[in-house]
Amino acid sequence: MIILRDGLDKRTMHKIEIRNLNLFYGKFQALMDVSMNLKPNTITAMIGSSGCGKSTLLRCINRMNDLIEDVSVKGSVFIDGEDIYHTYVDLVKMRRKVGMVFQRPNPFPLSIFENVAFGLKIHHLAKGKALESRVEESLKAVLLWEELKDRLNASALDLSLEQKQRLCIARLIALKSEVLLMDEPCSALDPIATQRIEELMAELKKNYTIVIVTHNMQQAARVSQETGFMLLGELVEFGLTTDIFTHPRDKRTEDYITGRFG
Amino acid sequence: MNVQIKQKIGFGVLFAATLLVVVPIVAIIGLIITKGWSAISWEFLFSMPKDGMRAGGVFPAIVGTFYLVSGAILFSLPIGVMAAIYLNEYAKDNALTRLINLAIINLAGVSSVVYGLFGLSLFVVFFKFGVSIISGSLTLGIMTLPVIITTTREALRAVPKSFRQVSFSLGATRWQTVRHSVLPFALPGILTGAILSIGRAAGETAPILFTVAAFYVPDLPKSPFDQTMALPYHLYIISTQIPNIREDYRYGTALVLVGLVLIVNISATIVRARYRRKKW
Ligand SMILES: Nc1ncnc2c1ncn2[C@@H]1O[C@H](COP(=O)(O)OP(=O)(O)OP(=O)(O)O)[C@@H](O)[C@H]1O
Ligand SMILES: [Mg+2]
Repeated sequence: MIILRDGLDKRTMHKIEIRNLNLFYGKFQALMDVSMNLKPNTITAMIGSSGCGKSTLLRCINRMNDLIEDVSVKGSVFIDGEDIYHTYVDLVKMRRKVGMVFQRPNPFPLSIFENVAFGLKIHHLAKGKALESRVEESLKAVLLWEELKDRLNASALDLSLEQKQRLCIARLIALKSEVLLMDEPCSALDPIATQRIEELMAELKKNYTIVIVTHNMQQAARVSQETGFMLLGELVEFGLTTDIFTHPRDKRTEDYITGRFG
Repeated sequence: MNVQIKQKIGFGVLFAATLLVVVPIVAIIGLIITKGWSAISWEFLFSMPKDGMRAGGVFPAIVGTFYLVSGAILFSLPIGVMAAIYLNEYAKDNALTRLINLAIINLAGVSSVVYGLFGLSLFVVFFKFGVSIISGSLTLGIMTLPVIITTTREALRAVPKSFRQVSFSLGATRWQTVRHSVLPFALPGILTGAILSIGRAAGETAPILFTVAAFYVPDLPKSPFDQTMALPYHLYIISTQIPNIREDYRYGTALVLVGLVLIVNISATIVRARYRRKKW
């Protein structure tokens, strides 16, 4: 079911619209009235010191917080104009559209092929030849195909960390996700692997809307077009990355990016 | 005192404790083998008892134990695994769940003769199954349930949380997550638990005493409502009820029982070892 907001339709320039989002872990309020619009085919970086709610915000965009007991959410997140917090929303379809990449690369202890095919299989979206070509496409999209095409049946656990993280991205691409939520996707990787993942992100941006949480300010500056700075559950400032890093409007943002605290 | 000496004493004490555990087991098995080996033959394993059970074989007891254990596991494995899945993957951590957990832990500690009495009053008398394989199997099954639930939960808990997260984030429902991202990786652990409880069920006398075990039946059981002989009970009666029985007959029967349980336990170890390589 699609819930359209007044005067907003599929042609909206915002892929994701977060409206007055408040989140409570029990009595503790982790997000304070966060509102922001994320553009399609854009990489948006979320920065801020540890515990400010970046991961919490990210998990709101595909409702992964639902899995945590005693969480309550007020406000809305519209994806393509559809409020994913509406009662009638199809969670399964929504999560297929909004994929998540985790901090630690976490392939299943299955073969490379089975990992990429995982989502397609559980949702019965493809089998046989169609499945194989979807897997190939996805591995090509993350630039793993050439390296791995001869050992698709090898265990995914034997890959390098960087390959594993690419594989996890391929797992989402296979499902034709449109939004990629990445929570510190490079924090387990060395600088060279990090650089290669960043190049991949720049490539993926053409087809996907990407939100990345990062502790690495250089990374945010390098990869993103828009940046949000959070502090204690509040979205302090949000705008073009170049603006945030060159002339932030808020004193607190300036203090953070110049390293005066956090 | 010198650290080196302390270290040596500590090591010595621990080693002695280990010996204390191992020596009796080895001694018992050694005794059973030396005294019972001469009785083992094809005839002993595969023929009916003769001469008031002083000669012939223990075949009906082996068959009976096989039926009882199969029936028990057929009942307790699916129920136990489903209960464990519910408790581990679905149940909220509330007072009821904690009560159920407590009950399961305590059930595992209840003495087996109590299960026997319970089986007698529930299956034999109340459900009118009579003294029969089905009553005995169900009683053994209930006795093994806590073990199966506990080992299955252990196995489910060993599956990393991240597998579930990934699965949910790919749009899987809770059941799809359990089915595709948890159970396959918990399977070796679940099987190990099941096999170990087979060993336990095979060796118990008390639960079958009032519910199924027969002193002597001339034929093999034909239906689940027949009585049957069973190895542990057979061992008990030939050791206490039958005068002037050859000693190697008794130890031979014990050897068959211990041997079967040992085979089952070793296969559990093999299952575990085979899958242990798969780390995540
Ligand atoms: N499951 C939870 N239950 C209770 N409180 C939580 C839970 N998860 C996070 N919090 C709290 O919410 C706040 C925000 O946490 P969150 O993980 O979103 O921060 P973060 O910005 O991602 O931090 P980091 O940079 O360390 O990953 C923190 O104070 C944290 O302690
Ligand atoms: Mg975080």
